Amino acid sequence: MPESIEKNTDFEVRSLDTICINESETTQPWYHLLKYTLIGLLFGILFVKAEIISWFRIQEMFRLQSFHMYGVIGSAVITGAISVWLIKKFKIKTLQGESIIFHPKAFNKGQVYGGLLFGLGWAITGACPGPLYAQIGIGSTVIIITLLSAIAGTWVYGSIREKLPH
Amino acid sequence: MERQKRSYPIDSRFCFIVNVFLSLTMIDTLKQPWPWYIAGPLIGLTVPALLILGNKSFGISASLRHICAACLPGKIPFFQYNWKKEAWNLFFVFGILLGGIVAMLFLANPNPIIVNSNLKAELATYGITNYNSLVPVDIFNWSTLFKLKGFLLMVVGGFLVGFGTRYAGGCTSGHAITGLSTLQWPSLVATICFMLGGFLMANLILPFILSL
Repeated sequence: MPESIEKNTDFEVRSLDTICINESETTQPWYHLLKYTLIGLLFGILFVKAEIISWFRIQEMFRLQSFHMYGVIGSAVITGAISVWLIKKFKIKTLQGESIIFHPKAFNKGQVYGGLLFGLGWAITGACPGPLYAQIGIGSTVIIITLLSAIAGTWVYGSIREKLPH
Repeated sequence: MERQKRSYPIDSRFCFIVNVFLSLTMIDTLKQPWPWYIAGPLIGLTVPALLILGNKSFGISASLRHICAACLPGKIPFFQYNWKKEAWNLFFVFGILLGGIVAMLFLANPNPIIVNSNLKAELATYGITNYNSLVPVDIFNWSTLFKLKGFLLMVVGGFLVGFGTRYAGGCTSGHAITGLSTLQWPSLVATICFMLGGFLMANLILPFILSL
């Protein structure tokens, strides 16, 4: 077993799984995190109103019966890419004055196997992880079970990851 | 005279924009489904918003990992890290849940969801006819949960979402949006695989599950 996987440090989180990693060095009181709740709240409203959390919209996407989801994801990527380009070009800093850090993602086979498995799940549940939270919010309480099952899936992955091809 | 009365088909996008400006009550417009060219760019702006607010990379599926690390890390190396440092992500997803509540309380669409007629015809053969909720209540409810169909849809489906996203190292937000925005080819591979898996399931496997 490689040493890097055996050792449990924050560095391991960064080197193998750089998504959703907090790069900020400044420490602030916890209530500063509420600004992320506010962004999340606006994001959740957007998810519901643009019907991105709709099981029907996901079915249309995978049957090529609607342009809606392709339009959403495509224009989101273009807007994101322009924003990132501007941040890099003008060396825009965070509100706390830190330099913004981007993580290069290393390729591993997990992106293929895991990607296919997630794709299967996405078409069944009609939701990726974000919409699961919003679906519970709109009152579909049974989706709590889907979310718990997704947490269980993540846990099982964590417990057997060293046996899986990467 | 008759000819002048003829109605011309008006582009739905044009209709939406005109609505925004002419509607006496803005809230009525907001209650309609928002079009992709409004929603997509706003989602894309989440990427720089989180970066500028605090150097955070936009991604959602990692929240599932942080929940594992916080609640049930066991002795699993994958969950031994300082999850409190990533607490912002949990605050973010809690906000998404609140957003769902707010949208439902104040901006709910009073009309049934408009769905492609071919899909409607197909779904009718599986007994899915209720279009009042974004989540089809005919198949996603507490009583079907305890039948094979519901178990496959909610429990197995959810498991695949959680297992697959972590195995792939991200979901639609982390790979498709953040990854592609920063021009990373591994994220393109992942996104193509998400789509492949989805096409396979929706067209070849899901029909069997729905007809159970």
